[in-house]
Formats: sequence, structure tokens, C-alpha cells
Amino acid sequence: MRYLCLIYDDEKKVGAMPKGESDAFMGAYFAFTEDIKKSGHYLAGEALQPVQTATTVRVRNGKLSTTDGPFAETKEQLGGFYMINARDLNDAIQVASRIPSARMGSIEVRPIMEFDQP
Amino acid sequence: MSADAADPVREMVDAVYRSESRRVLATLIRLLGDFDVAEEALHDAFAAAVEHWPRDGVPANPRAWLVSAGRFKAIDAMRRRARFDATVAKLAREIETHTAEIATDGPGVEDDRLRLIFTCCHPALPPDAQVALTLREVCGLTTEEIAHAFLTTPPTVAQRIVRAKAKIRDARIPYQVPAPADLPDRLDTVLHVVYLVFNEGYSASSGALLVRHDLSGEAIRLGRLLVELLPDPEAIGLLALMVLHESRRAARTSAAGELVLLDEQDRSLWNQGQIAEGTALVERALASRRFGPYTLQAAIAAVHAEAPAAAQTDWAQIVGLYDVLLHADPSPIVELNRAAAIAMRDGPAAGLALIDAILARGDLQEYHHAHSARADLCRRLGKTADARAAYERALTFARQEPERRFLQRRLSELDA
Repeated sequence: MRYLCLIYDDEKKVGAMPKGESDAFMGAYFAFTEDIKKSGHYLAGEALQPVQTATTVRVRNGKLSTTDGPFAETKEQLGGFYMINARDLNDAIQVASRIPSARMGSIEVRPIMEFDQP
Repeated sequence: MSADAADPVREMVDAVYRSESRRVLATLIRLLGDFDVAEEALHDAFAAAVEHWPRDGVPANPRAWLVSAGRFKAIDAMRRRARFDATVAKLAREIETHTAEIATDGPGVEDDRLRLIFTCCHPALPPDAQVALTLREVCGLTTEEIAHAFLTTPPTVAQRIVRAKAKIRDARIPYQVPAPADLPDRLDTVLHVVYLVFNEGYSASSGALLVRHDLSGEAIRLGRLLVELLPDPEAIGLLALMVLHESRRAARTSAAGELVLLDEQDRSLWNQGQIAEGTALVERALASRRFGPYTLQAAIAAVHAEAPAAAQTDWAQIVGLYDVLLHADPSPIVELNRAAAIAMRDGPAAGLALIDAILARGDLQEYHHAHSARADLCRRLGKTADARAAYERALTFARQEPERRFLQRRLSELDA
């Protein structure tokens, strides 16, 4: 079963990390990604540019509105994701708990909705 | 099972339903992979028993008979639906081939009950859903009984249960006992659910509310089941705690339904059988040397239980246990209880200073027990005005009628 692990971090905290610490953080991400590729969990994963690059698009009554930033102001921002293949939710939680950001931010684990092919 | 009581086979089916239906359900969920399908299968299996047992006699192993009847009925129902839906046909075939060889008896079946408990108490489910689902699936309470016990409406409870089952299915929460590495955390959640159920029954015990389902009894049954299936020290400690509290039930309320505090209780009403059982359980949990907060709370309850009169309570030992508890599980409520014990050991002024420090920090401001404990110490120190203010503050936060009446009684005693 596929799960999307949404990674929420406090960008300010991550941005304020001293060089040694942020290198170690990135290193932990590389090692983790290698690890879940080997274990067969990995399907896809990307990091996102910081939230100030975000644009929110809405169409209301046929009219396009484009605004700066994410749609909600929160303490933690969506910073990246992994799409994984896991046996069940416990397996997915195990994988999510090893994402480096789980130790400072939080990971939302969402099962992918599967639509039956006709 | 509304039965003709004169019919011995119907009586037998009823008895088997009471003793085995939760076990059968737990196994059917494993075999069929879905709560709702398993519940329907359970119902069909008992309907089949009512039909077959009078004719063919009661089988030697009724539980195994019910499990295979339920499995057969579920596969049969899927086949009928499969005419319209090819995926159901595939599922029916899978269940039939994969579960044909699985024993319906033996040690694996006891694991099914643990699987059911751990699944109902999965931390990915909201706490109120964990409680409702556990009472429904593990204890077999009806939605109406659960709603009544938690002073809410059956549709609310039903919705919680439906949503929880949908999450189990859609997020694929597995039907399994957690791996050893995850067991301590997961067991904590289970114990917390049992503790919540017990507390709801315990603090609600009053004359006006006697119609509420016996939740304390249900929690103790759950606690016993856990100790039987997974004798972890904290599971034993929690059972001890519940049994020791339960031993004082008869003394906790007066004939008029009024709340009676520990130091004013008629100790001859305490249930000595439960005290002996609870104390033995505490000793067993302590001997493991891997105990935690539940065992420590049970040990405190045991010290109270051992005192033949309130004045003979070993407060020094109780303070010592609170010290360890505060270290193991720090919380303002534990601090408050420790302060009350210190007041008993060293005098009201020492206790009052500690409670004032907790309140000054901003903790427990809206917790009525903090204000009533403070009021009680002020009263004993002769600070009547402070005591009155504190009782009044407690009253603004107390919600349960017996507790409110108790506080009002204390207030009027101040004027006397």
C-alpha cells in the first residue's frame, strides 16, 4: 500500500542551523533515502523550496486569484515528501519515524486513495 | 439472543454467546480482515447455531464450530455479491484458500484477542474512538450502553466507531500484536484506555447515576484479560490499582448518595477480598523491578488499604512513594497529591506552601481538587476566610453533582 509522508519543518529553525549541523542533517537525509531504497519502501521523494517561493491559486466564480505564500500561516511548513510503499500503517509509521525531520518537526502519514480501474 | 428460556439448547447458545462471542469475533476479524464483515459473520454463526444445535446437538468445541460457521457464511455472502463485483470474487477466493488451513483453536486464538485489543487502542485512532471501539468490540457493549456510560448520544458513539473502523480499513492499521520494540509504547496506550474506562465508572459512582453501565467492572475485566494474555508489570500494576480502588466502593458514598472522603470512610465496608488480591498484585508488580506509574499508584492505594483507621495511615511511606512517582511520571496532579500527603506527615502549613507554589506557577488553576485541597488545609490552620474563598473557587470548577454538594456542605460547615 502506498503512503505519502508529508514533512513539516520549522523553516526558521532549519535555516538557523550552523553549517556543521545542517551538513549532518542533510547527510542524515541522504543516508535515510539510501536506506529506504534498499529496503524497497522508496517510491519517490523530493525537498521543496522554502515557503516564500509558494504561490496559492484559487478559482472562484470562474475568476482566477493568485496570492503569495501558502494558504495557511502555520509554525511548521511543508518542506518535502516521500512516497513510500509499506505493508501497513505500522510499517509506514516505522519508516516515517526514521525521517530526520521527525526529530524536530513532524511527519503526516497519509494513505494514498486507490481508484479501481474500470 | 432473545431466547425461550425453557429450551436448554437455547440457554446453551446464550451461555456460549456470553463466554465466547468476543473470542470468536477476534478470530473472525483476523480471518476475514474486516470488522464489519466479521461482525456480520459472528451474527450469522450464532443464528446458524440456534438452527443446528437443537437438531444436531451442541458440538464438542462450540468456539471452533462458530468460527468455521462464521467464516463459511462470510465467504458465501461474498460469493453471492460477487455476481455483481469481480473484486469481491477474488477476495472470497483469497480468504478461502488462505484461511483454510488456519487452526480455529490453540494458542494463536488467544493472540487474536490481543490483536483485537491492540488494534482498537491503536495510537493512530483518536482517544475517544479507542475507548468506544474497545468497549464495543472487546467488551461487547452496545452503542447505547457506551453512550449512556459516557453521557453522550448513541449516534455520536456510533459515528466514532464507524470512523475508527473506516480508518483501520483505509489507512490499513494492521491486525497484529506490536513488535517487541514497539510493545512498551503501544501497551501504554492500551493501559491508558483501560484506565480511562475505569475512571469514568469510578468517579461517576453515585446514587443519581447508578443506571450508568458498570464501567469499573468492565475495566477490571479488561485488566484481568490483559494480565492473563500479557503479564507485563504495569498491566499487573493497573489491575492492582483498579481492584484496590474498587475495594472502597461501598464506603465512598453514604446511604444518601453523598461523597465520603477517604479519612471519613467506614473501613469495615472495605472489601477485604479485593484488598488482599490488590495487595498481592502490587507485590508481584514491584518484584519485577520494571514497574512504572500504575504500580506506584497501586502501592499508595495499598498503604491506605492496610491502615485499620485513617489516623494509623503510614504517611511517611506514602510520601516516599509519591517521591518515586513524581520522578517516574512528573505532573502537577502528582505534585498536588504529594503535597496533601506531606500535609498529613508534616502538618497543614507544609502542605499549603507546596500547593500555593503549584498554583503560583500557573498550574491546576481550573482543577477543582487543587482548590478544595487548599481550602481544607486553610480550614485546618484556622484561616477561615481563605478557606471560604478556596471552596468557592473549587465550586466554580466542580462539575459533578455529588462533588458540588460536598463542597457546599464544607462551606456551610465553615459558618457553623
